[in-house]
Amino acid sequence: MRWLLLLLFAVMTCPAQAETVGSKKFTEGVILGEVAREALTRAGVPATHRRELGGSRILWDALKAGAIDVYPDYTGTLRFEILSGQRLASDAQLPRALAAQGLAMSRPIGFSNGYALAMRGDLAKRYGIRTIGDLVRHPDLGIGLSNEFVDRKDGWPALSRAYGLTGLAIRGIDHDLAYRALAAGQIAVTDVYTTDAEIAAMQLVVLADDRGFFPRYDAVFVYRADLPAQAVAALNAVAGTIDEARMRDLNRSVAMDGLSETAAARRALGSGAAGDRDDDGPARRLWDRTLEHLWLVAVALAAAIAVALPLGIVAARRPRLGTLVLSATGVLQTIPSLALFVMLIPLLGIGAAPTIAALFLYSLLPIVRNVHAGLTGISPALIDSADALGLSRAARLRRIELPLALPTIMAGVRTAAVIAVGLATLGAIIGAGGYGQPILTGIRLNNTALILEGAIPAAVMALGIEAAFTWIQRRTTPRGLRLAAN
Amino acid sequence: MVTRREFARKPKMFDLVQLAVTYGRTRALAPTTLAIAAGEVVLLLGPSGSGKSTLLRSLAGLTPATGALRFQGAPVTDWRGVRERLGYVIQDGGLFPHITARGNVTLMARELGWTDTAIDARATELAALVGLDAAQLDRFPAALSGGQRQRVAIMRALMLDPAVLLLDEPLSALDPITRARLAGELRDLIARLGKTVIMVSHSLGEARFFGGTAVLMRDGRIVQRGSIADFAAHPAEPFVTEFLEAETAL
Repeated sequence: MRWLLLLLFAVMTCPAQAETVGSKKFTEGVILGEVAREALTRAGVPATHRRELGGSRILWDALKAGAIDVYPDYTGTLRFEILSGQRLASDAQLPRALAAQGLAMSRPIGFSNGYALAMRGDLAKRYGIRTIGDLVRHPDLGIGLSNEFVDRKDGWPALSRAYGLTGLAIRGIDHDLAYRALAAGQIAVTDVYTTDAEIAAMQLVVLADDRGFFPRYDAVFVYRADLPAQAVAALNAVAGTIDEARMRDLNRSVAMDGLSETAAARRALGSGAAGDRDDDGPARRLWDRTLEHLWLVAVALAAAIAVALPLGIVAARRPRLGTLVLSATGVLQTIPSLALFVMLIPLLGIGAAPTIAALFLYSLLPIVRNVHAGLTGISPALIDSADALGLSRAARLRRIELPLALPTIMAGVRTAAVIAVGLATLGAIIGAGGYGQPILTGIRLNNTALILEGAIPAAVMALGIEAAFTWIQRRTTPRGLRLAAN
Repeated sequence: MVTRREFARKPKMFDLVQLAVTYGRTRALAPTTLAIAAGEVVLLLGPSGSGKSTLLRSLAGLTPATGALRFQGAPVTDWRGVRERLGYVIQDGGLFPHITARGNVTLMARELGWTDTAIDARATELAALVGLDAAQLDRFPAALSGGQRQRVAIMRALMLDPAVLLLDEPLSALDPITRARLAGELRDLIARLGKTVIMVSHSLGEARFFGGTAVLMRDGRIVQRGSIADFAAHPAEPFVTEFLEAETAL
């Protein structure tokens, strides 16, 4: 198995000459990724941007594996999530902790994207509320907090203790609904992330945390320690240039006004064109994604057939080993797909290679199972007849068993192919491209049209592959068997 | 009728010494010692589960057996070599459904690298022998009648001109008219070819029809060997009489 993964790796990874920027799959992350790419390019460092690579863990693993060279993250995330085991007392200890992993971070970009409480601007002005502590004077204000924030030990329970906020009526509310409730006047205060686009769009006021209760989530660029000095200087030059209001504005311009992340990044850095991304037409985009998607599925499926066929034959020949093989491939199938993608990053990096490897592993079971079922389902009388003729085992397999099992085997390949088309959309999370890319972006921007731009072709491809394999299956079914079935 | 001494002098096709077959815990064939002469026609008789099919299968190495088995005077070491000198036909023919009748018949010859000319000549000869025409040979088994399928199965068994024909109830899956016609043809064929034939049969009538040596089995062992007339005149044990009477009662 390992040699196969390594082979795939060798085939799939082309030597990276440019520095690779990564970004998480939310708007602010993508904008900052574009900021980094733009800044590097302007400083004469060739750079590419692999956008929307899932969450922190994927980016972190990809950075450590060298699949990317830099990505934007937050000091709080680094301290409390990624390096939580080290219990760092302050952000000041981060550089050393990163250095121990062969990594480093830039100076803060200029804003913190942490928890905060926000309030409708008109009400804040009317009641003269500026800080969190001021809330205690207005116990009648409706406070709706996200369920997660209410439950977390370091959320509302600790916050109310720190500010002595007793006697306030708290409602738990879904975070996505909180902004709507604010707009409708059902609540006056909610918890937010400090750079949420809605803060700018709805003219909310972020209440000052004058007791320093919330940890800071300063945005920084995390990079590999071997990044050239010229590149590090370019990243540090961005430091301090984007404050919270600016970031909110950029988020809003992308999430609500439909500006591209690239344009937003240029706006952040001050215009001056560099490394123009040519925006391809929709037909061209669709074509490229179709090729990417087909490539993922085809390579994975070909490899799976090459491995599953002998495996299924062995399983059919040796019942005890067969049970083992079938349960092993069955266990592979139970690994959650996202987990499998992420598990493969340290081994294969990001992009097509780990995606193909994951699709390959998922394709094994349906094929192995059907090869096994096809071979063991052959009437014992036919096996006896073949043996009695004096056929060798190889000849029996080639001339009798495989042709008789072929319809069943092809049904397994068809199942594997259709599953792979669907699963391949998840590959976008680790940068494999394909139809998953517009789906991911569409979810991030809450853009249904964009989601459909990926979902519809994926469904069409699944149906097409189903139809194609049904046809192939009919064509490859020996004529005598078709007659016998009627 | 050959005397015991004459039989001992004839060359042996099969020599079984304490040959036994066990499936898991059930003994399908008790240790059996038996000799079958070249050219002998043997009918294996007995109720179902008596071990007659198991005995036939063990002669083709289709079921693992203990004890000693000699074929044409030599201990069997390489089954594939032996099987090329055996022709084997089962109840419903055992034809491979994915290849044509001709493909079934010529499969092994092609594996062995016979020339096309030799293969065609042999197939034509055999088709004439069993009464099939070329068009029927180009059909798939599913497009043939039961009787035609058995004729193809017999052709396939004879393709390599084997020394022995092993037949496992070759007629029992057929309708009565086809069975009667094919039985007659098969008897003529056997007489013409002069090959050693070992046939599992489910009926006494069939055994009388084909003649030769009858071997009556029960619970995995041989009860009596001889002619049906012998069985009636000198039953080896009460079961023999019981078997004959049960068959004639119907």
